[in-house]
Amino acid sequence: MNSSLMLIIITTALVNNVVLSQFLGICSFLGVSKQIKTSASLGAAVIFVITIASAVANLLYTFLLKPLDLTYLNTIVFILVIATLVQIVEMFLKKVAPPLYQALGIYLPLITTNCAVLGVALTNVQDEYNFLESVTAGFGTGIGYTIAIVLLAGIRERIDESSIPAPFRGAPVVLLSAALMSIAFMGFSSLSL
Amino acid sequence: MYPVLVATVAVAVIGFVMGMLLITVGKKFKVEVDEKQLAVREYLPGNNCGGCGYAGCDAMAEAIVKGEAPVNGCPVGGAPVAEKISQVMGVSADAQEKQVAFVKCFGSCEHTAQKSNYVGIHDCAAAAASGLSPWKCDYGCMGLGTCEKACPFGAIHVIDGVAVVDRELCKACGKCVSACPRHLIEILPDKATYAVRCSSKNKGPAVRKSCDIGCIGCSLCTRQCEAGAITIKDNLAHIDYEKCVGCGKCAAKCPSKAIAARQ
Repeated sequence: MNSSLMLIIITTALVNNVVLSQFLGICSFLGVSKQIKTSASLGAAVIFVITIASAVANLLYTFLLKPLDLTYLNTIVFILVIATLVQIVEMFLKKVAPPLYQALGIYLPLITTNCAVLGVALTNVQDEYNFLESVTAGFGTGIGYTIAIVLLAGIRERIDESSIPAPFRGAPVVLLSAALMSIAFMGFSSLSL
Repeated sequence: MYPVLVATVAVAVIGFVMGMLLITVGKKFKVEVDEKQLAVREYLPGNNCGGCGYAGCDAMAEAIVKGEAPVNGCPVGGAPVAEKISQVMGVSADAQEKQVAFVKCFGSCEHTAQKSNYVGIHDCAAAAASGLSPWKCDYGCMGLGTCEKACPFGAIHVIDGVAVVDRELCKACGKCVSACPRHLIEILPDKATYAVRCSSKNKGPAVRKSCDIGCIGCSLCTRQCEAGAITIKDNLAHIDYEKCVGCGKCAAKCPSKAIAARQ
C-alpha cells in the first residue's frame, strides 16, 4: 500500500512531470520563473491547491457524478469546483493565517485558472484512483511542478547574467531551456516502475 | 430529454451550492478592513511605483493607517495627496513639509576642469568603479547622468557637467540619492535657503587646486552663524536645518562661495 503511494509520488513528480512531460501549466511555468524565490512561492501554492483540489474532485466524482451517470460533465464541474475552492481557501487563509496568505500572495488566485490543477483532477479520474491515491497524485504533481519551475528559475537567473546572442535574448532562450529540460526529464521514462 | 435535464439540473445545483458556499464563507471569514485604510487608498495615486518603499499603494495605505508610514510618505502624490490623507487620519497638515533632492556639488565646467578624458561606459557607477576620476575633484559630480537615468520624474539633469535638480518636479523619492556612487545627493527641506554646495573632504589647498567653489573648511561660517547650525567635519561645512534660521550670514562670508542661496 505504502509502496504504491510512493510509486504514485515518483511517477507524478518525475516520470510524468506535469510541466515537462504533460505540458500542462506552461503559462505560469514560463511567466513566473524569473526568480527562484517567487517561483518557489508559486510552487508552494500549487502543491497546496492541487492537493486539496484532487481530494475534493475525487469526492465529487465518486459521490455525485458517478452515481448520477454524469461523468461526461467532469471538466465543467471540476472547473466550477476548483475555482470556488481556491476562492474559499483564499478567504480562509486571509482570516486564519495572514502570514501564509501574505507569503502566497497573488499566486493563490492565479492558480485558480491554472490548467495543471484541472489536468490532475481529470487524470486522477481517468486512472481510476481512489481517494487516498488521488490526494497523493495531487501532492506529487505539485512537487513535480515546483521542481520544474524552480529549476527553470535557476537557469534563467544564470541566463540573465550571461551574454546571449541577440536573436536568442528574452523568450527564445527561455523556451529553448525549457525544451532541453523537457528532454532531460524524458530520461525518467526509462525507469521501469 | 431526460439525461439533458439531469445534467442541466446537476450543474445548476452544483453551481448554486458553490455560490451559496462562497457567500457564506465570504461572510464568515470577512476580514475587517479599516475604513480609514480604504479612504487613504482612495487618495493614493494607485500606480504602485513603490517609491515610498512599500510593496504598492495598498501596502502603503495599510502602513499609513497603522502609523508605520508618515501621511506624506507618498513621493508621487506630494503635498495635495498628503493633505487629503492627513484629513482622513486626523493629523494636522503641517506635519508634512515639502522636501527636494539637492546635489552637494556645483563644480560645473566653469569652476573645475577635466583631468582625463573618460571614454568608458557613460555611467557614473562605471566611471567610479574604474577608480579614475574624469574631473580634477575626486569627490565631485562626474556628470555622467546616472541620477538623471534613475529619476522617474525627469527632475534631475546634467547641465554643464554637473547634476542639477529641478525643485518644481522633484518628489524627493530618493532614487537619485541611492543611485549616486559618490553619495552627493541629499534630501533637504524645500524651505532650506542656504546649502553647502560641495562634498570635498580634501584640505583647503587641495580643494583650491581642483575647483574654485569648493569648501576649504576654513570655518568662517561656523563663527558667523548665530544659531550654531554649522559644523565642520572632514574639512567640510555641514548645515543643521533644525537650527538654521536662513539669515544668510554664512553665505555672505564664505570666501569660496561654497555656501550660497539655493537656486
